[in-house]
Amino acid sequence: MARIRLSEILVGVFMALGFVALFFLAMRVSNLSTAATGEGYNLTAKFDNIGSLRVRAPVTMAGVRLGRVEAIDFDQETYQALVTLRIEDRYDQIPTDTFANIFTAGLLGEQYIGLDPGGSPEVLGNGDRIEFTQSALVLEQMIGQFLLSKAEEGGE
Amino acid sequence: MLDSLARLGRVGLAMLASLGRAHLLLISILRGLPSMLVRPRLLLVQIYGVGVLSLLIIVVSGLFVGMVLGLQGYYVLSQFGAAESLGVMVAASLVRELGPVVTALLFAGRAGSALTAEIGLMKATEQLSGLEMMAVDPVKRVLTPRFFAGLISMPLLAALFSAIGVIGGWFVGVGLLGIDDGAFWGQMQNKIDFDEDLVNGVIKSLAFGLVVTWIALYEGYDATPTSAGVSRATTRTVVQSALAILGLDFILTALMFGG
Repeated sequence: MARIRLSEILVGVFMALGFVALFFLAMRVSNLSTAATGEGYNLTAKFDNIGSLRVRAPVTMAGVRLGRVEAIDFDQETYQALVTLRIEDRYDQIPTDTFANIFTAGLLGEQYIGLDPGGSPEVLGNGDRIEFTQSALVLEQMIGQFLLSKAEEGGE
Repeated sequence: MLDSLARLGRVGLAMLASLGRAHLLLISILRGLPSMLVRPRLLLVQIYGVGVLSLLIIVVSGLFVGMVLGLQGYYVLSQFGAAESLGVMVAASLVRELGPVVTALLFAGRAGSALTAEIGLMKATEQLSGLEMMAVDPVKRVLTPRFFAGLISMPLLAALFSAIGVIGGWFVGVGLLGIDDGAFWGQMQNKIDFDEDLVNGVIKSLAFGLVVTWIALYEGYDATPTSAGVSRATTRTVVQSALAILGLDFILTALMFGG
């Protein structure tokens, strides 16, 4: 009887350890504790060129993460990229004339959306569109422009 | 010419027949689930044998795999000035790949071989026939609890392996090599996604647990009931489990992260 009791206790310890490990991985290692997925409101923005922006990329203002990119679609009428941003509910004071830029983290890092607040007293709500956007900087285009301007200088 | 063709055909047919027997066995194992739920003690004893007794090797290997990942990752990442990403590298490789795969390989060697040998010997010493004589279904009584014990233990062992490995990587990275503690955990939390990385890792370990336990039980149940037969079956369990784990891992990785 004591042996069975001991094996019961050990199995209990084993299963508890396993669940603690899963919990540790979920809360400490993965983004479950930081990412409030599902809750929030959507904003849209149209960009001429999104570069290599991906779904789930961070959306930041002043370097603080407010949300993430929910979806990226293509608008066939204006030939622009239609980006849906999901902003967490607690950040509900984003002015209507906010400026959305696509930045790159580091020289070759991943791309993210940086918001520059405007001065309007009205704030954006669910489904609203950010009017002012700036495209991603594409390295090849910049090099091309640089070479072109150099060539023009040489011609004069 | 015809003889060799016939030999090839015989080998192919034998393989197909064996595959069919394995699936039939799996079905009758699953059928035993209700009668096992009536007697949870049978399952408990098997979880003790399969899971608890595997704890030591899993914890120790997890710790050392994590520490080696920490050392090697630091060597490469510091050359790019990205040593702070060590946490991401250690956690991603453990949770996605090494945790489930290495745990499953160890599990096959530690628990799978023991299951095959036990059931093979039960068959060789006619204990299984004895059960049948007493109108007890040996599949329901002997195989079903072992199968579910493997299925339950494997994800828990893999989670333990990954968690201990991350702590091992933390110990080497933060404790010995002087990476910033906040950067180690912060970057890890930023990059490791719960759905994509963790859930997929658990799915992988469940799949490996099923395959390893299934192979082990089938090989034991199908073994030639002699000492040589049981020894061959045990070898086959380890070899086939390892091959199945690695092949299945490639397929699962391609499905989960390939797209």
